[in-house]
Amino acid sequence: MQWETVIGLEIHVQLATKTKIFSGASTAFGAAPNTQACAVDLGLPGVLPVVNEEAVNMAIRFGLGIDAEINQVNVFERKNYFYPDLPKGYQTTQLEKPIVGAGHVDITLADGSTKTIRIHHAHLEEDAGKSLHEDFHGMSGIDLNRAGTPLIEIVTEPDIRSAEEAVAFAKKLHAIVTTLGICDGDMSQGSVRFDVNVSVRPKGQEAFGTRTETKNLNSFKFMEAAILKEVARQIDLIEDGGQIIQETRLYNGDTGEARSMRSKEEANDYRYFPCPDLLPVMINDERLAKLKADMPEMPDAKKSRLIAQFGLSEYDAEILSADQATAAYFEAVVTACDDAKLSANWIMGELSRSLNQSNIVIADSPVTATMLGGLINRIKDNTISGKIAKEVFEVLWQGECNSADEVIDKKGLKQVTDTGTIEAMIDSVLMANAQQVENYRAAEPEKRGKMMGFFVGQCMKASGGKANPGMVNQILKQKLDG
Amino acid sequence: MYDKTIAEQSRALTRGELSSVELTQSYLDRIRQFDGDINSYITVTEELALDQARAADERRASGDAGAMTGIPLAHKDLFCTEGVKTSCGSRMLDNFIAPYESTVTARFKDAGAVMLGKTNMDEFAMGSSNENSYYGPVKNPWDKAAIPGGSSGGSAAAVAARLAAGATGTDTGGSIRQPASHCGITGLKPTYGRVSRWGMVAYASSLDQAGPMTRSAEDAAIMLNTMAGFDPRDSTSLEHSVPDYTTTLNDSLEGLTIGLPKEYIAAGLDADVEKQIDRSITEYVKLGAKVKEVSLPNAGLCIPAYYVIAPAEASSNLSRFDGVRFGHRCEDPQDLMDLYLRSRSEGFGEEVKRRIIVGTYALSSGYYDAYYRKAQQIRRLIRDDFLDAFKECDVIMGPNAPTAAFDLGAINNDPVAMYLSDIYTLSVNLAGLPGLSVPVGMANNRPVGLQIIGQHFAEARLLNIGHRLQQVTDWHLQSPALI
Repeated sequence: MQWETVIGLEIHVQLATKTKIFSGASTAFGAAPNTQACAVDLGLPGVLPVVNEEAVNMAIRFGLGIDAEINQVNVFERKNYFYPDLPKGYQTTQLEKPIVGAGHVDITLADGSTKTIRIHHAHLEEDAGKSLHEDFHGMSGIDLNRAGTPLIEIVTEPDIRSAEEAVAFAKKLHAIVTTLGICDGDMSQGSVRFDVNVSVRPKGQEAFGTRTETKNLNSFKFMEAAILKEVARQIDLIEDGGQIIQETRLYNGDTGEARSMRSKEEANDYRYFPCPDLLPVMINDERLAKLKADMPEMPDAKKSRLIAQFGLSEYDAEILSADQATAAYFEAVVTACDDAKLSANWIMGELSRSLNQSNIVIADSPVTATMLGGLINRIKDNTISGKIAKEVFEVLWQGECNSADEVIDKKGLKQVTDTGTIEAMIDSVLMANAQQVENYRAAEPEKRGKMMGFFVGQCMKASGGKANPGMVNQILKQKLDG
Repeated sequence: MYDKTIAEQSRALTRGELSSVELTQSYLDRIRQFDGDINSYITVTEELALDQARAADERRASGDAGAMTGIPLAHKDLFCTEGVKTSCGSRMLDNFIAPYESTVTARFKDAGAVMLGKTNMDEFAMGSSNENSYYGPVKNPWDKAAIPGGSSGGSAAAVAARLAAGATGTDTGGSIRQPASHCGITGLKPTYGRVSRWGMVAYASSLDQAGPMTRSAEDAAIMLNTMAGFDPRDSTSLEHSVPDYTTTLNDSLEGLTIGLPKEYIAAGLDADVEKQIDRSITEYVKLGAKVKEVSLPNAGLCIPAYYVIAPAEASSNLSRFDGVRFGHRCEDPQDLMDLYLRSRSEGFGEEVKRRIIVGTYALSSGYYDAYYRKAQQIRRLIRDDFLDAFKECDVIMGPNAPTAAFDLGAINNDPVAMYLSDIYTLSVNLAGLPGLSVPVGMANNRPVGLQIIGQHFAEARLLNIGHRLQQVTDWHLQSPALI
């Protein structure tokens, strides 16, 4: 039987506010346990929450970034359950009246076509603390530094049909929140976390199959692997005559193992009700208009502009517009060298490879946009060849010099373009290879092309790669062919 | 001087006729003498009080004193007071030393008031008789066989027995007005949002409001001057200007229209209570007021609505008492569930557990619409009833409770009877209105209070109306026989 996969995502995005959603405590990551939890975060008796307006602004910006309705009156509710890292015994979140209503995110599929993924809504909520189960000999430690960190939870419609689409969506969403500057995008520290709802159904069937939810996937790779594994499990189970149980599952990215966490029957009754300590959030027209006016160029618009303005291919534009830092870097390189195609090639080639190898983000690249632009300028004016340029890049990457010119100067990599010098060099190569010259001249014109390569190689070698390859070719041809 | 009002004590301190240290010491002596029996205090902060009194005397000497400087107060034991036990009348918080100060107590500190200690109360402010305290019941100073009312029973009894010049209370469903009424003192529940709830351990957040409990309306005005005002740490506190409540106390009542809800004269209203209420209204007519019958058609629904909304909020508010971070933790928990179950079972008393269970049920999936949502709809109807009535009158008057204080133990085993005794006070909280209770006589030798309900932010008018009555009557000056 042919199976169709149906996926809906819930994404938790940690907002890049300085302080928590309901208290003045810092949200910085990595501090000693419980040093960034104030009386409010600890849920002490008598404390009260006050909404962080910056978090509200960020949620609004997200809504504007996905063409969603902004609910100008939205309400915080309490989701009640007991857990040691949930200090108040409830999570303050939104349910009936979330801040962001229906919107959409468009993704580009492998065949170049565009697909729209509908967003059901997005709401503001607070994060819980962390339970630490190691190091305490049969007890658990509680770190409440993260408690009260502002999140938006984004809920999609079940519009996604494959792991590949899910990853494309996740990357696009990542691009949106980082472009908006509402999230640092650091997935390794949990700034963006995905819950995937997966079901399968026979192709052509309208009714959805029973779904499972796999929680807390914090990389694109893990998400893809978890989906593929779950889809295969469900299909195997059904084809073996089994039934899917609605349940929450956990996927361990390190081991690739997945297991059931709890079934629907064990699910809590969260007893949601409007939080009486907080008034409804009211967003007036003026505030909304101001936030609209401050919106940055979103990835889709940026992509269109890169194509129109620089003549980039769809593919190049998609990659370069995927995050704010890459796009900004690209535009800075183009400003420095005025060659969009070469800029794109270098960023997506040499730079991207080096960044990946060293596992650093583009904003921290040791080769700045100005440096790369300068390098490309020297290629364009024939000061160096493309091959030498890679050497120059490597030196810049190692941080030994501050500009391509400095590298070229210090290492004497300037291309040789003086006709007399090149001629003299060619003459000595031809003299040293008299037999090959004879063979060449005796050969049929069709075969000469291949033989020519030998002489070019010898000449370039003799020049230490610095001779201008175009000139070498031209002069060699004149001398050999007479 | 312990028998004088705050206003009189303040004047005496200003004139140098006594020091705050002397005044404070006289109350501490009385607490030692009488409170073993009355049980109005959970904690007496003797050393702290004397330190504060000394500081107040210095401040007065330096010419930097206000009306509250050096005045010895008692605070209900649900206001967090830094470094001092804040028990909420519960075993759950018997070991809880608050690490921060509530806005209300901080404002009194800043004003130079002295804190004598923390007063007894129904556990987590749940109760109408002060019998639900881990620290034992409070006795009514007028008749030790009687309850003092609740939940601010300790504050009411302390003021009535002259064990404090004034006290703070909180009122979620009548917890200031009813004990004030039963103890023959003056108590004001301000408009919801008038006084900050920061640092006040929550019972039902949308209803809780702190207010003064004093000998006279004038004293209540003096205390409210310090308590009232916007607090950026309480999102439900309102940015509404705070007048000087003492400046309008003597305003004329000529032309005041008093609304008397016909629904308030219901079966169950004690005849002697009714008589005292009628007589006080006659006094107001003599002062120039007119009387008009009004209707609050949904008044009777306040009990079911309140006893859904308040427990629902409480069930969530009290979830934080789980034995993990503070408060009572059971001995030697075997696992997480055991820690939760035993810590909460041991830490909470019967009435608190009852309301947590009721509230949990009311919010449960499948019951929410029938209970919580319906109760919220009724709440709006009740509020609208009041707003309609206020189109025809300036204030509404009636009793605080159907009877004077009942006997200790009389209905403690009958929660529904206990809930029914709140019928006159609950709707004021549901509507967010201010309500004042002033003493107007006795029924069966126990005090009776008149409840005066005003429009939102009408505290100044209520205090004015209470004060004018106290200029022509002396019920508020009478003291229990033990004095």
